[in-house]
Amino acid sequence: MNYGIVNQEQLEQIEEILFQKLIKLGVDCAIIIDMAGNIITVKDTGKSKYDIYSFAALAAGNFATVDAMAKLVGETEFSLLFHKGQDCNIHFSKIDDELLLITMFGRDISLGFLRLNVVEAIDQIQKVWAKED
Amino acid sequence: MSFINLRDKVVQVKIVYYGPGRCGKTTNLEYINRKFKEQIQSEMVSLKTHGDRTLFFDFLPFHMGQIKGYDIKIQLYTVPGQVKYNATRKLVLKGVDGIVFVADAMEKQREKNIRSLNQLHENLQSYKESIFKIPLVMQYNKIDLKDHGIPVLPIAVLQQDLNSRLQVPYFEASAITGYNVAATLKKIISSTVVSIQKKLL
Repeated sequence: MNYGIVNQEQLEQIEEILFQKLIKLGVDCAIIIDMAGNIITVKDTGKSKYDIYSFAALAAGNFATVDAMAKLVGETEFSLLFHKGQDCNIHFSKIDDELLLITMFGRDISLGFLRLNVVEAIDQIQKVWAKED
Repeated sequence: MSFINLRDKVVQVKIVYYGPGRCGKTTNLEYINRKFKEQIQSEMVSLKTHGDRTLFFDFLPFHMGQIKGYDIKIQLYTVPGQVKYNATRKLVLKGVDGIVFVADAMEKQREKNIRSLNQLHENLQSYKESIFKIPLVMQYNKIDLKDHGIPVLPIAVLQQDLNSRLQVPYFEASAITGYNVAATLKKIISSTVVSIQKKLL
């Protein structure tokens, strides 16, 4: 796997998947990070103004914490997380052992519909990522 | 591992401040945050307890300009120093590119420094990294305390305890006054960037 360096073609394919599967759906922002807190790519509507670097560091920490909790209760992992707010919701889903997909969305998208699309997006991203093997 | 985006020409570098409890890791970052305000676009993130001890980590993103057309984004982290938090320390070390080991120069902290350094060695091994290979800088902090009559270990002793086998660059420092904080940061950034360049070539 070409982890550590991502090439232009891969990146564009991944961004296209994020756009087609998530942004078109009405998601505010979709971010792919690695478990060390680095940002791989971000796709948003252009309206959101989040501090994504701090966000990525905290998200990686958050996911790692939950992962440790999973092990304490005898699970191998909790592969997804969901935080619900008044106006903004955040959904975290594991792509593989190193990558995490984070989606931020408002009140007008149902969680179920989002999850369906996240699953499809992850499936496609895995294929793009695996091409470099 | 640093993350390199070839299209946007961005390199993300992770540097971790490591060391025993209350040695001044967070103080280092706080000083950098104040001193280099114009290079830091976002707020410093601190996850701490009510008693102001670091619970998980501090995070400070730092802009360093360009090298060969690549934007270098430095991400500074600290670990929680308290002995009981080793699991979180290990999590923060994931994907680390360079480490500043902050040692507490106070005489009574001698053993804690050694223990913390040993644990760093073990924690890195769990990620298949070696303390002998990763870019590392020693900082002997709180050197200002000797002016206040508090016994401070001589540099020779600290070097013997912590740096006799590692042989890495070291600085006497005082994070609270800012003495050598920037020098430490500059050294670790340059060692780390050089090591990343070597890996790529």
